[in-house]
Amino acid sequence: MAVQLPTWTALAPAYAFAATALLLFIIDSIDPGSENRPLIAGTATLGSLAAAGVSAWYLLAGTGTEPIRLYANSVVVDSMSLFFAFVFASVTVLVCAASYDYMRDHSYQAEYYALVMLAATGMTMMATANSLAVVFISLELSSLPSFALVAILKKNRGSVEAGLKYFLVGALSSSILAYGISLVYAVTGSLLLPEVANAVGETDLTGVLGIGILMILGGFSYKVSAVPFHFWAPEAYEGAPAPISAFLSSASKAAGFAVAFRVFIVAFPVDQLVTSATAGVDWVLAAQILAVVTMTLGNFAAATQDTVKRMLAYSSIGHAGYVLIALAALSGGSDQFVLAGGMAHLLVYGFMNTGAFLFIALTEYWSIGRKFEDFNGLAARAPFACVAMTVFLFSLAGLPPFGGFMSKYFLFAGAVRAGFWWLAAVGAINSALSLYYYSRVVKAMWIEDPVGEFDIESKPVGLYAALSAAAVVTVLLLPGFGSVWQYATDAAAALVA
Amino acid sequence: MWIEALIAVTLASAFAVFLAPNKVASKLAFALSLLPLAGSLWMYSTYEASGNALLAGSELAFETNFEWVTAGPYTLNWHVGLDGISMPLVALTTVLTSLALLASWTPIDERQSQFYGLMLFLEASLLGVFSALDFFQWFVFWEMVLVPMYVLIGVWGGPRRKYAAIKMFVYTNIASLVMFIGFIALVFGLGDSVTSLDMPAIAQALRAGELGGLGPLTAGTLKVAAFVAMFVGFAVKVPIVPFHTWLPDAHVEAPTPVSIMLAGVLLKMGTYALLRFNFTMLPDVAQNNAPIIALFAVISVIYGAMLALAQTDLKRIVAYSSVSSMGYVILGLVAYTLYGMGGATFQMVAHGLISGLMFMSVGVIYNTTHTRMVSDMSGLASKMPFTVAVFVAGAFGYMGLPLMAGFAAELFIFLGSFGAFAGSVWFTAAAMFGIVVVAGYLLFAMQRTLFGTFETETDYEVGPAAFHDVAPLVVLILLVILLGVDPNIFYTMIQDAVNPLVPAAGGGV
Repeated sequence: MAVQLPTWTALAPAYAFAATALLLFIIDSIDPGSENRPLIAGTATLGSLAAAGVSAWYLLAGTGTEPIRLYANSVVVDSMSLFFAFVFASVTVLVCAASYDYMRDHSYQAEYYALVMLAATGMTMMATANSLAVVFISLELSSLPSFALVAILKKNRGSVEAGLKYFLVGALSSSILAYGISLVYAVTGSLLLPEVANAVGETDLTGVLGIGILMILGGFSYKVSAVPFHFWAPEAYEGAPAPISAFLSSASKAAGFAVAFRVFIVAFPVDQLVTSATAGVDWVLAAQILAVVTMTLGNFAAATQDTVKRMLAYSSIGHAGYVLIALAALSGGSDQFVLAGGMAHLLVYGFMNTGAFLFIALTEYWSIGRKFEDFNGLAARAPFACVAMTVFLFSLAGLPPFGGFMSKYFLFAGAVRAGFWWLAAVGAINSALSLYYYSRVVKAMWIEDPVGEFDIESKPVGLYAALSAAAVVTVLLLPGFGSVWQYATDAAAALVA
Repeated sequence: MWIEALIAVTLASAFAVFLAPNKVASKLAFALSLLPLAGSLWMYSTYEASGNALLAGSELAFETNFEWVTAGPYTLNWHVGLDGISMPLVALTTVLTSLALLASWTPIDERQSQFYGLMLFLEASLLGVFSALDFFQWFVFWEMVLVPMYVLIGVWGGPRRKYAAIKMFVYTNIASLVMFIGFIALVFGLGDSVTSLDMPAIAQALRAGELGGLGPLTAGTLKVAAFVAMFVGFAVKVPIVPFHTWLPDAHVEAPTPVSIMLAGVLLKMGTYALLRFNFTMLPDVAQNNAPIIALFAVISVIYGAMLALAQTDLKRIVAYSSVSSMGYVILGLVAYTLYGMGGATFQMVAHGLISGLMFMSVGVIYNTTHTRMVSDMSGLASKMPFTVAVFVAGAFGYMGLPLMAGFAAELFIFLGSFGAFAGSVWFTAAAMFGIVVVAGYLLFAMQRTLFGTFETETDYEVGPAAFHDVAPLVVLILLVILLGVDPNIFYTMIQDAVNPLVPAAGGGV
């Protein structure tokens, strides 16, 4: 037996992010306004690589198999929180590497990366939150830097407007979430999730409890950009710098799901609130409605967009709908399976969706237009990047040779197994529809003839590195799905034993 | 691990070619494609196996089987192996790919590295389709074929390439999903008796009659419904009339090397899957409905040939002739006799070689004359005698001239289907009439284009083709003759794998 680490080191992924943020502040205070991009971006990338490495190491070593509870039980580190920490950290690595080129001529270098690190810290904490107070604080910690990041292109009206819209909806949702938490606290007298669970079964105040739970669900819907709190998402994703769009639509969404999974499964047990004889609060029904509406609306809206970035933004709403199936199918009795399907999809999604937005970052770097037609014939000039993008799009659509096929298949299979075949059917139909708009981009890149001349004078190293890493992982996730599935199952088992 | 190595080497080659500069891509791709070719020939020479891959008591060559993902009650395996049905198809794939790459040197003059990379990627997927024995893994490879095909037709094709590429993609992708639903319904119907998507396990459970009902469907209905779903799914790929309309478009628009792969190997995916799924897993449904399936087969033969007769575009003639030839394969399969099924498998290989030959020679003619219209050409024989000689040889192979591969295949099929089931005599007789039509349209086309006085309505200088254009033609014609003279090169192997499928007390030979 090797040396036993002190228990607080279980939070090392979060500490790594926080320490990197502080380090970036120190660098910035020594040399304010520094343009030393290799140092700053390198620090951020290494910091997030460290977080990814630590979480992967913990997962492999089985650190979370026995949950580690810290800080008066308000934080818990288990297989699930480590699984999600790995998802956030790997997305952050890609985003930092890609930002090296994207933020080339920008003045707030250190601030930008420090904000990314702080947001990632918040997300990592969201996955570990075992108390509604930590839920709220960590959610705010990840949201506040995000508002600033969306608006960081200060001279770009779209960016500022997006930031403002994001901030307003965020503030509203936060207050809804806080109010919901206060109602639940009023009913149960505790903020710790297990204690809430003990109290909800015995309370008579099901009405107040129901409103509280619905409000909490609303707060989380905002974070994962589910209908009806989705309308900030297309604007924010379109206006934000493309790496930040990748960060928000992949990592931030996964964080929202991580916290939603834990809060709803641990604090509001399905068997007491939904399926038992005295059931009063059917939040699973709400999740079902949310799932169906979110995926349908997201996919239909994506199909009618003119610009690729906005299409990806709406499709990301659609994917939130797919993952909501994991919550919506919980009362079917095969909880672990469908939940693992949702988590595995989030992991695969982290790579394929980040990759797709990073490709957009690349085209913005080259100042290629935003419309579908502007991508016409791009494959003739940048074949490697277009192969990567094709991999991401087909994977997002759920075509077989890629990781997205596996995760969608298991998610839908999980829903069928839990008896919610109609949820799976709606998901499959939506998925088939999504092939239409994803393949529009593929068709434009490969098959259409170029309309104008592309001005591709350089191939940025950081963006290309991030893009190819994401593409390789998206492909490798298919043969490697066995281990992804195993970790996802472990993570799900941490919640529903 | 030989199959894995074969696929991995091909994929790695595809990647290397993709990154290579355009100038060297063509030669590099051909050189790299010799690796899987050598590999498959080596595997062929050391092949040692017995029985059918899906049935109990068989010994597979180069088999690997290990657990990949365990999810709930089902295990997904990585399971590959070759039997007498798949080994010839794997060899065919590697041979045709190398030759098709050689045939691309002249017509492909832009974005070469992408073209050759995609061709090798296509080869890797096809090798996967013919060697995978776990349904999930097999389906991954099956769909993987579509992606390079879509781009290959869509980018390097003729004037209506976008339409053809999308039509091909939509038709075959929808067909795959219909088939997928049918097959998965069977798996659910088997309930607890299978714990994996392993094709041998499922085939054996189905043949043992362990299928239960599913929801409101009884076992009998489920069987027929799944059979129909799978049959329709694969019929589009074959293609069988009336699901054939995507094929002529795809063929006419596709560049020559892609047509070679499409007719030579991709269509075989459909018949191969029919043999593996419909005819192996649900033999009783196939036999009970033999006359209906045979009717589809005969219609494909006759209607395809009639359509070919009516074409004015040389490539279209060859394209429709594929519909007709694949009809023979279906007829052989449905006969359910040793000769019928063996002949059908043999015809897959023979047609792969002969149709590759035909498309390649049409391509060579097009490269020099820049027209494919029968009415624009006349008397080519005097200007490019060698190409014309090969074309004539290929056409004779197509017509089923004895001592060529097509003859052996068709003879086996007719022997096998004659008297195999009630009414099969008439179906066989009708299909035999197809040969006459085939000879008719091929001779008619040749008479108009190749012979007579030289006259073409183009501005191009017509002369002998380059060495690298005719070399693959010679290789193919030699292979076609070799298989015709000594069918046993493949046939014993095929027979050994088909034998266990045939019921002891079947009709016919």
